[in-house]
Amino acid sequence: MNLALRDIRHNLFRFTLTVVGLGLLLGIVVAMAGIYEGALEDALRLPRASHPDLWVVQPRTMGPFAEPSRIPRDTRELVRRMPGVSEAGAVAFQTVQTTAQGRPVRFLVQGYEPGRIGGPEVIEAGHGITESHYQIVADASSGLNLGDQVALGPYRDTYTVVGLTQGMVDSAGNPVAWLTLLDAQALQFPVPPALERREKAVGRNAIPTADINAVLVRLQPGVDATTVAGEIERWKHLSAVPQSMEETYLTKFVIEKMQRQLGMFMAILIVVSAVIISLIIYTLTMDKLKSIATLKLVGAPDRIIVGLILQQALIVGAGGFWLGVALTGATKDYFPRRVLLVPGDVAALFMVTVVVCLLASVFAVRAAVKVDPARALIG
Amino acid sequence: MPDTSRSNALVELRTISKHFGEGAARVDALSGVTTSVLPGEIVGLLGPSGSGKSTLLNVIGCVTEPNTGWMRLDGETVYDDRWMRRDLRRLRLEKIGFIFQTPNLLPFLNSTENVAEVMELAGTSSRAARDRAREQLDYLGVGHRMAAMPSMLSGGEAQRVAIARALANGPRIILADEPTAALDSERAAVVMDLLRRVATDQQAAIIVVTHDSKIFDRFDRILSLRDGRLAAANGAA
Repeated sequence: MNLALRDIRHNLFRFTLTVVGLGLLLGIVVAMAGIYEGALEDALRLPRASHPDLWVVQPRTMGPFAEPSRIPRDTRELVRRMPGVSEAGAVAFQTVQTTAQGRPVRFLVQGYEPGRIGGPEVIEAGHGITESHYQIVADASSGLNLGDQVALGPYRDTYTVVGLTQGMVDSAGNPVAWLTLLDAQALQFPVPPALERREKAVGRNAIPTADINAVLVRLQPGVDATTVAGEIERWKHLSAVPQSMEETYLTKFVIEKMQRQLGMFMAILIVVSAVIISLIIYTLTMDKLKSIATLKLVGAPDRIIVGLILQQALIVGAGGFWLGVALTGATKDYFPRRVLLVPGDVAALFMVTVVVCLLASVFAVRAAVKVDPARALIG
Repeated sequence: MPDTSRSNALVELRTISKHFGEGAARVDALSGVTTSVLPGEIVGLLGPSGSGKSTLLNVIGCVTEPNTGWMRLDGETVYDDRWMRRDLRRLRLEKIGFIFQTPNLLPFLNSTENVAEVMELAGTSSRAARDRAREQLDYLGVGHRMAAMPSMLSGGEAQRVAIARALANGPRIILADEPTAALDSERAAVVMDLLRRVATDQQAAIIVVTHDSKIFDRFDRILSLRDGRLAAANGAA
C-alpha cells in the first residue's frame, strides 16, 4: 500500500496548491534555461546561416561578433584565389535604427555581395536582392512586410523590402536585415551630400572607404580548414578563424555574461524552491507525527516512514517541475525573445529538482526518524 | 528465571525496574515489578496518575527499555538485565497489538486500509491483507464501514476499527490503554465484550490500563500499581 499516495489523496487540495505554486516557480527556472538556449540559438543563427568554413578578419582579431574588424574589400579576391578555397564573400555588419509600422526597430544589417556567400539562407516570402541598391531582405520579426519602404542611415535613404526571413535575429534579439555590400558600406561610412558632390566634381570616389568587416570562406570538399587558415595567416597577414572557433568566441565573449546572469538567477530560484519544498515537506511531516508514531508502534520499519516522506517530496517536486515545463511550453511564444526548451536542459533541471527534493526532505526525515513510538500512546 | 508455575504465560516480567533521570532528579517509575499474564486472560492494570501504568505498558510493548530485570513475551526473551533485543519492531508487529485511548487510526487510510496496512507490514500480500481486513471488520461488527475514512466514523466504530487493526496479525499479546475512556457505557461494554471474544478465540493475553470503574468487573485479574510497585493482585471481581 502506498502511504504517500494515500496521504496525498487525503490532502489533495493542499498538495495541489503546493504543486501549482512550485510549478510556477520551477516554470521560471525552466523559462530561464529556455531564454538562455534561445539567446544562444539566436546568436549562432547568423554566423551559421551562410555555412562558412573560415572567417577571414583583421589580423589579431577574433571576428566581427567579438571585436571590430576592418579589412580591405579586395581581400575577398585574394582569399578566393587561395588553394582549397571554393567560395568567398565579403560581408559588413552594423546596427541601424529606424521605424517600421510606426514602431522603432533596431536591425543588425549584414551587407553581402549577391551571388556570393553571405546572404540570407532561406527566404520565407518574396525573393533575394536583385538590384545593386535600395533593396532589403529583413526578418519578419521586425514587423516589416513585403513592399514596405524603410528609411535607413543618417540621410534616410529609402529601401524596399523584397524578401522576408523567419527567426533570424542577432545575439541581442534584434532582427537581421540584408543589403548589398555597397549599400551597407554607404550606411556604415555615409558621405554628406555636399562632400559627395564635391568629390564627384573632382573625379574621385564618393565613398571614402571600401573596407569590409570579414570575408566568409567556404572550402572545397576534403580540404582541412586549419591548413588553409594557416596559409591565409602566413601569406596574407590576416586572421582566419574557423567557424567552430568563431562560434566559441561568440558564445564565450558575447553571451557568456548573460549565461552567468541567468545561471545565477536560476540558482537563486532553485534555492528558493528547495526552501519551499523543505518547508512544505517538513510541515506535512509535522502534521503526521502522531500517525508516524503509530506506524512505528505497530512495527513499521524506518524505511516505510522515510519512503513516505521522500515519495511525497519527489511527487511534489516532480509534479511542480513538469507543471512548470508545461506552463513554459504553453507560454514560450508570448515571450519577446526566443525561448528554446532543449530536452537535455529539461532533463538536467529535472535531475537537479530530484536532488533538491531529496535534500529538502532531510529535516523532515530526521524529525520522523526521531519520533518516539510511545508518542502514539499519549492520548 | 521463569516462573515454572505459569510457564505457559505469554507475558512474563521479573523484577522489572525503570527510572528516569539521575541523581536528585531521578524518578523510579517501576520498581521490581514481577507478574505474568496467561493466554486467554484479561488483566486490568489500575493505579493513580504517575503510578507507572503507562511506563509498564510501554515496557511490555517494547517501546521503553527497562533498566533492570527480565522479560519474556510469547516465549521469546526480550530483556535480560541490560540486554535488549534489537528487532523490537518486528516483535511488536508480529506479537503485540495496541489499542489506544483514542483510536489513532491513520487519517489518510479508510477502515479497510488501516487494518490491511499492518498486515502488509508483516509481509501479507495486498489482496490477502484486504480480504482478511474485511473479515476482521465484519467480525468486530463494522463491516458496513469498510470504505469509511476515520473522520466519518463514530467514536465506537473508530475504536472497533482500531481493535481490528490491533488484531490484524493475530497477536498473542494485546495492550490496551484506556480503550473505553472516550466511550459511553454501552459502547464500552461492546468493546470489552470484543476483547473477551478475542481473548477466548485467539487465546491472547490482554492487559488493559484503565480508570473506568464500569469495566472493573470484566477483568480476570486486576494489578494495582502504586509508586511504581505492584501493590496488589486481585482475582476476578
